[in-house]
Amino acid sequence: MWERLVEEAPSFFSYYNVIFLLKAALATVALSAIGCLLGVLFGTLLALLRLTSAAVVAPFRWLGILYTEIFRRIPFLVTLMLVFFAVQLSGNDLPMFGVAAVSVTLIASAFLAEIVRAGFESVHRNQWDAAAAMNFGMLDTVRYVILPQAWRIILPPAFGFFVLFIKDTALASQIGVIELTFAGKVLNNKGFSAVLVFGTILVAYFSVSWPLSRLGKHLEFRLASSRHRRS
Amino acid sequence: MPRLVIAGLEACYGSLKVLDGIDLDVASGDVIGLIGPSGSGKSTILRSLVGLTPPTAGSVEIDGDNVDYKDAASVARLRDRLAIVFQQYNLFQNMSVLQNVMIAPTKIKKRPSAEVEEEARALLAKVGLGDKLDRYPDELSGGQQQRVAIARALALRPEILLLDEVTAALDPELVSEVLDTIRVLAREGMTMLIVSHEMGFIREVSREVVFMDAGRIVERGPPSRIFDAPTEPRTRDFVSKILRH
Ligand SMILES: Nc1ncnc2c1ncn2[C@@H]1O[C@H](COP(=O)(O)OP(=O)(O)O)[C@@H](O)[C@H]1O
Ligand SMILES: [Mg+2]
Repeated sequence: MWERLVEEAPSFFSYYNVIFLLKAALATVALSAIGCLLGVLFGTLLALLRLTSAAVVAPFRWLGILYTEIFRRIPFLVTLMLVFFAVQLSGNDLPMFGVAAVSVTLIASAFLAEIVRAGFESVHRNQWDAAAAMNFGMLDTVRYVILPQAWRIILPPAFGFFVLFIKDTALASQIGVIELTFAGKVLNNKGFSAVLVFGTILVAYFSVSWPLSRLGKHLEFRLASSRHRRS
Repeated sequence: MPRLVIAGLEACYGSLKVLDGIDLDVASGDVIGLIGPSGSGKSTILRSLVGLTPPTAGSVEIDGDNVDYKDAASVARLRDRLAIVFQQYNLFQNMSVLQNVMIAPTKIKKRPSAEVEEEARALLAKVGLGDKLDRYPDELSGGQQQRVAIARALALRPEILLLDEVTAALDPELVSEVLDTIRVLAREGMTMLIVSHEMGFIREVSREVVFMDAGRIVERGPPSRIFDAPTEPRTRDFVSKILRH
């Protein structure tokens, strides 16, 4: 088998295939980045919404909770199909990459909302009391008091989610987005050996995911040592 | 002349009514000692006053301004004039001692940082923590944390200071350092509402002592009368029990 791989490699790593794979990797990275970044943004907003108590925002709060609870519970593929058919029904000509981007954002926002909320809740209630008594508003309290304490609780599960999430963007191949998994199938269908093709795909996924995990560890370490804590 | 007039104050936790018609006047420079058995509602009075546990009935007036606890702006004005020190200190864990004292004056009251820092350093020196500015709360003893909490409250330049059992969580040898700090404030004319189980201390610093039980004020009067000649059986019972310790 080894000999076959060596024999096949030059034609597999042809200029066109490499470009094809790089573009696919770019799609995977882009979907992951969109999901993670927008997910952090919207997830945090949803977690903040949940902290409000004003009656006027109550309907939004409930919608936010409903959304979070639903989208964390349905399979990614179902979300993807939902968005796909919703876009088709609305007669919108959003490209498939757009459909996938919307789906990953919906999914990541729901999961990250829950992770951020749990982080906020890990901070003792008396910190809220002290801040409120000194006239901190909700956003000031979160910014100066809650978030700095919640980071260390939020980061590990958030990066854990990012890592799982990168591989789940493979589902976009189901609607024809040319990302890494899709590219693997195409090249395999062209007759290249599965070991060579999917071995390459594996390395590609790993080289996206690994640096992200390292970044997570680095941030955790930075936060832990930014304050020498006596135990 | 800050004057706090509390009338018919009620507060609930869920369906449990824990304050049942509290009337209390605090004049400028007054020191009022609030005593009573555990669970009688002392902490809730302070929490209600600052709107952390909003009153369900009654009125609070400060300098003739009626406080509307449903109106955020009204509560904000009130909180501008009061400061509360919690039994559990409630220091911000992510901030150093100096940052704890400076954060509200700089970020919320938007006062110039240099001026606030000078004042914060002076306050921390006054409570005996001038050498602990860069420490974090979890690196300090209970007594030290409590004194930071007092300095943090004073940095708000409150007209009235609310102190909730500020020595209850402390080891006996740390109690006196915190009480000394409060004595100095009383001498300087700070208006205070003090909840405490330190009867000797309450007797010494208060102009008026208020005894409460089960959400109501049972008896009030000058310390000498409350401690030496209480008229209500419940007060007599409480005072004799606690003084015998
Ligand atoms: N967060 C809370 N939730 C429900 N009940 C509470 C809460 N805090 C206090 N209580 C109840 O309210 C009553 C008064 O409590 P508190 O004001 O803390 O009394 P004190 O400070 O005099 O010990 C008690 O019966 C207590 O159990
Ligand atoms: Mg109490």
